[in-house]
Amino acid sequence: MNPVNYLYLAALLFAIGATGVLIRRNAIVVFMCIELMLNACNLAFVAFSRLHGNLDGQIIAFFTMVVAAAEVVVGLAIIVSLFRSRHSASVDDASLMKL
Amino acid sequence: MNTENLIALLVAAPLLGAAVLLCGGRRLDRVGHWLGTLLAAVSFVIGLVLFTDMLGKGTEERSLHQHLFSWIPVEGFQADVAFQLDQLSMTFVLLISGVGTLIHLYSIGYMEHDERRRRFFGYLNLFLAAMLLLVLADNYLLLYVGWEGVGLASYLLIGFWQHKPSAATAAKKAFLVNRVGDMGLSIAIMLMFTTFGTFAFKPVLEATAETSEGKLTAIGLMLLLAACGKSAQVPLQSWLGDAMEGPTPVSALIHAATMVTAGVYLIVRSGAIFNGAPDAQLAVTVVGAVTLLFGAIVGCAKDDIKKALAGSTMSQIGYMILAAGLGPIGYVFAIMHLVTHGFFKAGLFLGAGSVMHGMNDEVDMRKYGGLRKYMPVTFVTFGLGYLAIIGFPGLSGFFSKDKIIEAAFAKGGTEGWILGSVALLGAAITAYYMTRVMLLTFFGEKRWEPDAQGNAPHPHESPKSMTIPMILLAVGSVFAGGFFSIGDRFMHWLEPVTHHDHGDSPLSAATVTGATMVVLVIGVSLAWAQYGRRPVPSVAPRGSLVTRAARRDLLQDDFNHVVLVRGGEHLTRSLVYVDHTLVDGVVNGTAASVGGLSGRLRKLQNGYARSYAVSMFGGAAVLIVATLLMRAV
Amino acid sequence: MSFPLLTATAALPAVGAIATAAVPAARRTAAKWLALFFSLATLVLAVVVLVRFDPDGDRYQLTESRAWISDFGVRYELGVDGIGVALIALTALLIPFIILAGWHDADPLETKSSRWRPTQGFFALILAVEAMVIISFEATDVFLFYIFFEAMLIPMYFLIGGFGDRAHAGSDEKASAQRSYAAVKFLLYNLVGGLIMLAAVIGLYVVAGNFSLQEIAEARANGSLDMATNTERLLFLGFFFAFAVKAPLWPLHTWLPNAMGEATAPVAVLITAVVDKVGTFAMLRFCLQLFPEASKWATPVILVLALISIIYGALLAVGQRDIKRLVAYASISHFGFIILGIFAMTSQGQSGATLYMVNHGLSTAALMLVAGFLISRRGSRLIADYGGVQKVAPVLAGTFLVGGLATLSLPGLAPFVSEFLVLVGAFARYPAVGIIATLGIVLAALYTLVLYQRTMTGPVKPEVSAMPDLRVRELVVVAPLIALLIGLGVYPKPLSELVNPAVKHTMSDVQKKDPKPEVEAAK
Repeated sequence: MNPVNYLYLAALLFAIGATGVLIRRNAIVVFMCIELMLNACNLAFVAFSRLHGNLDGQIIAFFTMVVAAAEVVVGLAIIVSLFRSRHSASVDDASLMKL
Repeated sequence: MNTENLIALLVAAPLLGAAVLLCGGRRLDRVGHWLGTLLAAVSFVIGLVLFTDMLGKGTEERSLHQHLFSWIPVEGFQADVAFQLDQLSMTFVLLISGVGTLIHLYSIGYMEHDERRRRFFGYLNLFLAAMLLLVLADNYLLLYVGWEGVGLASYLLIGFWQHKPSAATAAKKAFLVNRVGDMGLSIAIMLMFTTFGTFAFKPVLEATAETSEGKLTAIGLMLLLAACGKSAQVPLQSWLGDAMEGPTPVSALIHAATMVTAGVYLIVRSGAIFNGAPDAQLAVTVVGAVTLLFGAIVGCAKDDIKKALAGSTMSQIGYMILAAGLGPIGYVFAIMHLVTHGFFKAGLFLGAGSVMHGMNDEVDMRKYGGLRKYMPVTFVTFGLGYLAIIGFPGLSGFFSKDKIIEAAFAKGGTEGWILGSVALLGAAITAYYMTRVMLLTFFGEKRWEPDAQGNAPHPHESPKSMTIPMILLAVGSVFAGGFFSIGDRFMHWLEPVTHHDHGDSPLSAATVTGATMVVLVIGVSLAWAQYGRRPVPSVAPRGSLVTRAARRDLLQDDFNHVVLVRGGEHLTRSLVYVDHTLVDGVVNGTAASVGGLSGRLRKLQNGYARSYAVSMFGGAAVLIVATLLMRAV
Repeated sequence: MSFPLLTATAALPAVGAIATAAVPAARRTAAKWLALFFSLATLVLAVVVLVRFDPDGDRYQLTESRAWISDFGVRYELGVDGIGVALIALTALLIPFIILAGWHDADPLETKSSRWRPTQGFFALILAVEAMVIISFEATDVFLFYIFFEAMLIPMYFLIGGFGDRAHAGSDEKASAQRSYAAVKFLLYNLVGGLIMLAAVIGLYVVAGNFSLQEIAEARANGSLDMATNTERLLFLGFFFAFAVKAPLWPLHTWLPNAMGEATAPVAVLITAVVDKVGTFAMLRFCLQLFPEASKWATPVILVLALISIIYGALLAVGQRDIKRLVAYASISHFGFIILGIFAMTSQGQSGATLYMVNHGLSTAALMLVAGFLISRRGSRLIADYGGVQKVAPVLAGTFLVGGLATLSLPGLAPFVSEFLVLVGAFARYPAVGIIATLGIVLAALYTLVLYQRTMTGPVKPEVSAMPDLRVRELVVVAPLIALLIGLGVYPKPLSELVNPAVKHTMSDVQKKDPKPEVEAAK
């Protein structure tokens, strides 16, 4: 099996995700782009798993999904509470990470 | 009954008194002074019991030893709490507890109006305990405990009237100067430890024969430094005059009769070390001779009765140190003079206290005059003490001082002549300044005037509790010397511990006695000519350069002030500055430069999620490119 | 497996810290009593350790060993020798007094909000420090030790920065600025020391392959682990630097006066009597055992630094105008003595240094806590603001004097025993060093008596004329300390017998023998 096409697709998805994270302002969209990047990695993992004929990559893909799910829960909660307090979901409105 | 076990009680009784009186609180205010006096008396009685027991034994068995417990056991280092009671210690025990009890008794009256009397007795008891520990210890380290213990008690008692800044300063000065001496003692102990592997009296003194003279000289000089501190010898004498800020009984007990003689005890106790180190002995005699004159000259110039007596104390201890430095020729006489001096000097101080008591605490002798009519008991007891100290034939001082002068000549050679002449000269000056004190205080016209508030003093005799100790001490001043000298009793008593050697004097005993009498008469008549025949001005005349210098303790204090106090102040000031700017600055400078760098780096942290994302991606890209390049290479 | 006594001793105050922190805001007093209870319970456990420990038994006793991070050979290894036991006992003993003395130090001035809980935090932090200090004294695994050696800084930082001395000359803002300066300075100095030590710890792992103190020391002793001379020296310096900052040794001492000056008196005691002891303890345990050759190589320089500390600290104490800073500089002088004793490499010196650690803890605690009581009454730390206190508060003045006399090592009080042993130990090998160090005893008398004279004697100043004497709580703090100072001064045998075997082991680690007395050597 030739994984090259899968990898091209994964790279493309990752690039779209990364660009989205960097240029979009809406926190929800940024969030979706992060998911896109994660899934691009998952695709690459599964592709390699298939190539090498073992299950390691698929297991890691599952891990990634679990982590991503947890991240969604926490991240959405943060976004919602931010939106409540500031009536905006723009990432540029908040520089709270700076003390 | 085993008498050894009583030794610890000697120390324990006053120590218990100190603990109870100092921790007991106000409840004990009414009985505290009696309790303190009682416990001092208990110590004296135990001392007497041990003394009679000792007299009943043969010379060989007289040294008692009591081992209490192991104090500091460390690999190769063994310090015990153990006591040794031999003839030398016994002499001291009786002197300390005897004179101590009398002075306790005296203080009951003297301190009657002081609201902190209970504490005063607590301190006095503490002093007795420490002093007895000092003379009973069987090793140098335990002696050191007593040594500093008396320093502490002296500190507390000199500064007893703490509300007076001068008293607090004097107390601090006494402790500090003593600490310099203590440094000598601790170095001496360390030297003993590295030389002998122990610092107990017996093994150290027995091993001196196998040790190099250099080591012994070093130890001896360090012990001398210690003795100089405690016994107020030149160059560490400056504290004694100021110590007169304390209540008068303190001056009598600590700064005349007992504590200041600790240095003499130390040197006599360490006789074996000094015997093996002639250079150290020479240093001891020089210190003694210099102090003898120094104290006497200072004593001539002081108008403060206590300070004049303090100068005299210094001078008399100079005699003892001089005798102790003579080696086996002088040890016995040093101790004998110490005991007789304990009687007459304590009596003189108590008499001075009695005079002050009747004169509204005035200390300036120029404001006394003619007091013999108002205070007959004080006059007689003080007068007997005066006759004893100047060495009037038949009284205590005559026997003991005369022997020291003889011994100084017996040292032999040029040294003997010099030391003997100095001792003779000292005797003349002693006669002069003591006659001066006597004339100014008890003879002539009355010179006192009402003070600023209009309170004129009404001189009166002191209460019984004060006069009885004075009478008893006067009895001692008169008879002790003669009693000791009949058949050389004292010499035979101490000989087993200190050994004795007659030396060979170039002058016969009669010649020396005759010379002493001559200088005595000269001294007395000079003083009479100056203070007895004409009226004494109540304000001190300006005086010659020497007089003025002597009034200021021969400028030694000024020297200390300029060199040590001022110099020290500048040193600490500048060190504080250096610590703040330089030491701290260097370390902080490093920190500041790191801080500056981090300040610039901090600007990168603007808090926007997207800028962090950019740096993350950038970093990842750099890593990937770097990895690929590494591969390619 | 027997009951893990050492773990329990360290864990109990940690549990206490959590419990105290969890007490609701309104129940401040309950939090205090809870903290006191836990500190006393820890003291009981420490006494059990003391009793169970057999001075003549194995070198390390009550040992516990569990795998922890097996990939890096990090083990959870505990064990105590006589020195460790003595210091654990000191720590467990002092904490209840510190808590009692600081009873009102963290009461909120005004209630900021119902959830404002400084009191709980203060006592929880003290207990947390206790837990970490105790485990540092127990750890025989270098990595385990390192973790708690560093972690201690966090609660200490908050204790210094968060709970300052209320007696401050300047405005509130100035006070708060100085306080945070002191806290940050403390943290930075110790962090830098710790980082250098971390490098050395990693280096040690690279060379030795594990972190176990006993294994490495054994391998070094029987020659199966050979270190290049330079490697050993570098590793030694890495360790020593961290300990010298903590101890503190000149010229790394400048954080101590700031920290002790700005912190409340009980926290100042915590710093100098407890936390700093970890530094000197670690010199004995880690530097000498792991790097004996390098220790001997560095001895001359360290002795000189220790001498400078002694004299310099004492001289600066003389020049201070602030009571607490004076005590801080006095402590620097005393730490000089401890380090001198350790590196004199004689039995007397090392026994003396160990006793000194305990005695210095007691004497500084007595002096500093009474000074704290004094300062809290007048609201000023400046010596010049006092005068004649003796007249109005005689008990306070009396206890202050005893504390001062202990600081100047008066014979009959505990510090004398240790100071003299250190001096003798140093003198036996290096006479000149011993003599110069003896100067320290004169200077100690100078700064203590000057302090006493200026504050306690003389005419009563109007500001102090209404000063109350010691209260019952304060007497409960001071009286046992004074009793211990006297008790250990008269009869230090139990303590010295506890540490003697441990010292013997250390002496054999560095392969040094005591110099023989001249008379014996001649035979």
